[in-house]
Amino acid sequence: MYAWFWRTLPGRWPGKLLATLAALGVVIAILFVVVFPWLEPKLPFNDVTVDEPIYVVTPTPAPSLS
Amino acid sequence: MMNREHVDVSGKSDPSSAVPDQEYPGDVLRLIARGFGQLLMTLGVLLLLLCVYDLWWTNVESARTIATVRSQILADWARPIPGPDPANTSDPGSEPQGFAQPDYGSGFALLYIPRMRDKVWGLPILEGTSKAILAQGAGHYRTTAMVGAIGNFAIAAHRSTHNEPFAHIDDLRVGDKVFVQTRDTWYVYTLREDNPNLSPLDVWVIDPVPGQVGAVPKKRLLTMTTCTPRYGSTGRWAWWGELVATRSASQGPPPGVSVTT
Repeated sequence: MYAWFWRTLPGRWPGKLLATLAALGVVIAILFVVVFPWLEPKLPFNDVTVDEPIYVVTPTPAPSLS
Repeated sequence: MMNREHVDVSGKSDPSSAVPDQEYPGDVLRLIARGFGQLLMTLGVLLLLLCVYDLWWTNVESARTIATVRSQILADWARPIPGPDPANTSDPGSEPQGFAQPDYGSGFALLYIPRMRDKVWGLPILEGTSKAILAQGAGHYRTTAMVGAIGNFAIAAHRSTHNEPFAHIDDLRVGDKVFVQTRDTWYVYTLREDNPNLSPLDVWVIDPVPGQVGAVPKKRLLTMTTCTPRYGSTGRWAWWGELVATRSASQGPPPGVSVTT
C-alpha cells in the first residue's frame, strides 16, 4: 500500500519525500480537526459524571402526566 | 504486476533467482500479508495519534475555550441586567440568594479553589454536564440545586484531558475552601468529606441529601465529581462541602481570593 503510493508519486525522491510529508500533514490535520473531535466524546475514557451511563447519549424525556 | 507471462514452476522453486518484478502464486499471499501488516501498523499509529490528541491537544483547545467563556461571563456580568431590575422586585418569600436556572450550556458562575489554583481559578461553571460543556469548564448537574440554594449544588469537571481542571483533586483536604462567584454574589463553601472509591452508577452522591434517598434537605451543600483513576473512567471521586458564607459581589472578593481581572 505504501510502496504503491511511493511508486505512484511522480518525479525523483526529494520531490516524492516532500509530497509524502505534505500528504501526512493533511491526513493528521483532518484527524485532529474532524475525526478525533467526533470520536473522542464517544469513547468512555474520560467520563466524570455520575448520572450519565456511557451508553446513553440523550436522556429520555420524562413522560408528560398531564 | 507486469511480466505475468514469466510466472513458471522453476521460478517458484528458486525465488533467489527471481527477477524483482516477477510474480509467483505465493506473491498474492505475500501481498495480502504485507498489506495486512501495514494496516495493523497504520492502526497503531492512528491510536498513538489519538492519544496525542486526547492527552495534549484537547488541553490546548480547552484552555483557549475556557479563557473565552470566562471573559464572556465577565463581560455579561458587566452589562446591566435586562428586564425588571431585581433590586426593585421585593419578594419576601423567595430565597435571599435565589437564582434562576440558567439556559442549558450557558456559563453562569466562576469557580475558585485555592488548593487547585493552577487549574481552578476563575473556571467557568456551565449549565449541564455533556462532554461538549465539560470541554469549556465545570458542568452543573441540571437536576441539582442552584449555587447557594438549600440542597446540593453538584458540579463535575475533567480530571484528565480538556484542560483537566480537577487534575489535582487528590490534593484537596477536609476544611479547604471553595469559592463560587456569580453575577452578584460570592459563595464560600468548606469541604467536609470525600469518597474516592465511588462507582459511576452512584447517582446518590448528587442527591439533595447525599446518602439519604428522599430526605428533605436543610443544608446548602456542594458536590464535586470527577473520574478516578486519573486517566480512566472506571470509578468516581466525589467531594462534599457546605456553604459557610456569602458575600455580595459589590463588597469585592472574600478573603482568600484575589481576582486579577
